[in-house]
Order: sequence, then C-alpha cells, then structure tokens
Amino acid sequence: MTPILIYTSTGAILFYLGISGLFICNHPFRKILSMNFSGSGIFLVLVAFARRQGEAAIDPVPDALVLTGIVVAVSATAVALGLYRRLETLGDESASDEDRLLQAPKR
Amino acid sequence: MDISQASIAGVGFDASVWLVVPIFIPLLTAILTYVIGNPGKNITSDWLGVVASAGVLISTCMISNSVWQNGVQSHAMGHWSPPLGISLRADGLTCVMLLMSAIVGGFISIYAVGYFGQTADFIKTAAQRNVNSSLFWPLWMLLWSALNGLFLSGDVFNLYVTLELLTLAAIGLIILAGTKMAVQASLRYLLVALAGSLFYLAGVTLLYGEYGTLDVVSLGQQVGVSDASRAALLLMMIGLMLKTALFPFHFWLPPAHSSAPAPVSALLSALVVKASFYILFRLWFDLFSPDVSLPFAMLPATLGATAIVWGGLLAIKADRLKTMVAYSTVSQIGYLFLLFALIRHGADEGFQTWCGGVLFAVSHAFAKASLFLAAGVIMHVAGHDRIADLSAAARQLPLTFFGIGLASISLLGLPPTASFVGKWMMIQAAIDCGLPVLAMVIVLGGLLAAMYLFRIIAAAFTQPMEATPEVALRPAPRLTEQAVIGLAILSVLLGLASAPAFSLLAIGSPWDVPLVMEADR
Repeated sequence: MTPILIYTSTGAILFYLGISGLFICNHPFRKILSMNFSGSGIFLVLVAFARRQGEAAIDPVPDALVLTGIVVAVSATAVALGLYRRLETLGDESASDEDRLLQAPKR
Repeated sequence: MDISQASIAGVGFDASVWLVVPIFIPLLTAILTYVIGNPGKNITSDWLGVVASAGVLISTCMISNSVWQNGVQSHAMGHWSPPLGISLRADGLTCVMLLMSAIVGGFISIYAVGYFGQTADFIKTAAQRNVNSSLFWPLWMLLWSALNGLFLSGDVFNLYVTLELLTLAAIGLIILAGTKMAVQASLRYLLVALAGSLFYLAGVTLLYGEYGTLDVVSLGQQVGVSDASRAALLLMMIGLMLKTALFPFHFWLPPAHSSAPAPVSALLSALVVKASFYILFRLWFDLFSPDVSLPFAMLPATLGATAIVWGGLLAIKADRLKTMVAYSTVSQIGYLFLLFALIRHGADEGFQTWCGGVLFAVSHAFAKASLFLAAGVIMHVAGHDRIADLSAAARQLPLTFFGIGLASISLLGLPPTASFVGKWMMIQAAIDCGLPVLAMVIVLGGLLAAMYLFRIIAAAFTQPMEATPEVALRPAPRLTEQAVIGLAILSVLLGLASAPAFSLLAIGSPWDVPLVMEADR
C-alpha cells in the first residue's frame, strides 16, 4: 500500500460518496455539501498525481489545477447557496405568487 | 541583423492574436455594462451590448478567414507554450461553432434590446422581486465570453473552467425571471450541471495522471487503449451527457429553459446546450482512438434514439408553447447523440456524416433560437403562451407566425434546410452501418416534430373562439419580431451554405479527406 495509492483511493471513495449523495439526498443543502465532497475527492487524486509524475521533483501543474478547481468550486457553492436562500425567502410568500407572465389566470 | 530579426519575431504582430478577441470583447463589455448599468434606463448598456455583438461577429469572421486561408491557427497565451501554458486553437469545427454563436448571439442581443426595453410588465415584476433586468447584459456577455473561450480552448482543463463559467452565467440569467419557479429550476439545473462537471473533471484527472498533459493535440497523439483512457472517456461521457440533457438526464431542461426570460431561453437552448455537446464531440473524435471509443458508441446512440421519441411525445402533450419548445430541444439533442454510433473513423463517409452532424447542430441553434424568441413575442403580446388559445395572437402577429413556420421547416428537416442535409447524412450512415433501426427513429422523430410543430401553425389558421374574452393585446416591440424573422430566414438559407461549410470543416478535421473534397468542388 503506497502513500499514492492511499491518497488516490481515498479520493475515489470521496468522489463516489459525494456523487451518490448528490443523487440520493433530497435536501438542497445536503446536495450542495455532497458536491463539495466529491470535488475534494477529485482534488485529492490530482494532488496525489503530482508526486507520481517525477520521483524527485513534484509536478507543479496539478497544484495549479487544484487551486483553479477550488476557486471554481467556491464560486459554484456560493451561487448554489445564494439560490437556496432565495428559494427560502420566496417560499415565505403566498402560494399564489406564481409568475404572472408565465401563468396567466385560467379562464 | 540577427537581433533585429529576433526582436521582430518576439514583438511582431502575430495573426493568431485574433483568437483572443472573441473572448475579450464580451468580457470587457460585461464589466463595462455592469459598471454603468442603470435599471430601467440602460440605453447605454444596450448600445454597448450591440456594438460588442458586432465586434464578436467581425473578429469571428477574421478568425474564420485566416483559418480558411492558412489552416489551423493556434495561440499560446502569454507566450507560454502548451505543456505549461494554455493554448487557444481554431480549426474548421471551431470556426463553424464560433460563427454560429456570433450570429445567433447577435440576433439575441438585438432582440433583448426590444424585449427588455419595452416589456414594461417584465420590469415591473422584476422590480417587485428586486431583480435587476440591467444585469442581463453583464451576464449574457460573461456567458458569451465563456462560450467563445470554450470553442477556442485547446486544453481539456480549460474546457472544464469555461464550462463552469458558462453554467454559472446561465444560472444568473435564468433567475432574471425573478419567479419562484425559475429559482427552483435553476437550482436543480445548477446541481445537475455541477455533477456533470465533476464527472468531466474526474475524467480530466485520470487523463492527466496517465499521460501528464492537458493539451488536446498532444493528448490526441498519446492517448492509447488503456483502462485509464477507457475510464476517462466513460466519466467524461456521463458528465457531458448530464450537461447536454440527454434522455434519462433531461429532467432539468424543460423547467429551466421554459421559466427563463425569452432571450435567455433562446440562448440556453440554442447555444449553451451545444457547448457541452461540442466538447464530447471533439474529445470523441480528436482525442480518443476508435479502439477506445467504439465499445461505448451504442450507449449515447441508444439514449439518443430514446430521447428523440420521448421528447417528441412530451412535446406533443405539452400545453404551453415554451414547454413544448423545450421538449423539442430534448428530442433534437437525441439526434446529435446518434452521431457517435453513425460516424465511422477514417472512412470518407465518416467525414460526410461528421459534417452533416455539425450542420444539424448549427441549424438547430438557429431554428430553436427563433422559436423561443417567437414564444417570447407571443407571451408579451397575449400575456400567456397556452397553445390552445394562440389564434388571437396569431392574427396580431403575422410576421412572428411566419417566422415560426420557417423555423419549423428547418426543425423538421425539409429539403432546402441544413438540418435536411444533416438528417439525410445520418439516415444514409445508419443504413451503411447496418443500423436501420436508427434510420427509422430519425424518420419517426421527424413525424413527431411535424405533429407538435403543426399545433402552433394550426393556431394561425383557426378562428379565435367567440367565447374567449378579448384580452387586450399589446403591440410587439418591432426589434423582437425582426430578430425572430431574421433568424428563421437564416435557418432555412443555411442549407445553401453547406458546401462551403463542408470545406471549412475539413480544415483540421480528424479525417484526411480535404483533397477528395477539393476535387469534388
């Protein structure tokens, strides 16, 4: 069991857990969390690959990819949380509050 | 002497710099329109948006021209060459997709000027919900920048980043509608799209771990048959099928596309869906060898065939125009996924089908944008989009309904249109490949499309019911009707451009057949 194998398999398990959470969980907040889980799993695998490329030197490209990936994941999470909050506040309004433009009153 | 030459080589004008322009024009415009955006009175933003659209069109034409004359163009951003830096690359396929996005996007921009400027209702409902319609331009320009970046990207990780940017901008645009329905739909869309991107990213990770590069060209030379490349392809395929809303994953598309404001629905259905398909299409044929990809070919094709029938049936059942058009997108996406089983690597016929498939996608973009924009006009004029009660609106809007008719001809794939060429190639390939079932599905899909599209046309030729209380019909903003008819006419005329499109597509294509094509011309 080499360290790289430990890292990559942990990453793979995290990815799997996150993706299954994304499909199984009903609550939007849990889905958002699961998404972050599986993202971290992929990043872990990528970081592990940085060592494998060259034995002596560490490949800098995966680090750069992971950093970019984290930025993307953070912004996506922020948008998802924002949408979730908007949904909560809109939910407080009355049920008749459907879009006038989309659903004209029935004859 | 040597020094001066070196400095010329270093500083001198490099034609491939043009590749950056269609990404940067919308990006700068996004920032500018965000800064000056003024709710209600965003005339300056409108002008900026239209000028930027013209700029994108011009730069895209310049790129296409230089690809046409000098072959494949590539640009190393900041002079960092591929293994470390990110390269931009334009071949024939890129040019066709860029031109599609520039022309369709330009029409949508023109439409948006009329739509947001005069749809007082929209501004009122938006103001009630603290939604700022002046955010349309910044978000649309961001989306366009990401889209052009995606088409130009020559790096699999950069494709991931642009794909995410595209999704985030699209989400922002959908919730401009400000309704609970739109927020719900876009949250679901976002979660599905993120799942799709994660699958894609996992595939990219495997490719990098195995081959140590992210550049599409060098990956294309290195990727061989191995467990890693198979797994990578499968992961990427699942992710991109989720994002393109192929059959079992289509559940998010109709609510998201139909609850958005009309120009947004148009660009989602016409352009955004094509982006993830483009990535799969390019990877499938440019990156993976047939030995890797062919064992998987029947999976997307089967799902595609199911999508054609299922989407068509749901479109026939739909009672609202926008829902119907959205289900029609689900059905048309199915055709695109048949291509993976129908195109044979290496053979001349493979090249023909490949081009036909691209033409079909482009033609769908024009026709679908036109239909969604028309639905927006109808909704503005009549205040609703129930298909059963369209006849009153049809009398008021002969031009829009003529546009719907033309777009329907194009969606059905009747002879002069580009989608006819595409469908013809696909049917021929299905028979050649010994898959007559797929040929039958293609024909059946056309019949289903005729059934749902004629429901709209029929409304134009029936008397409004006397009992209908005459709702005051508002006049349609002129620009919106003109954009609808312009796109519809182009979608029909596109078929005439198929010969030059084939020659353009041959440049840098995975097939070595341009010589055969030259001789034919």
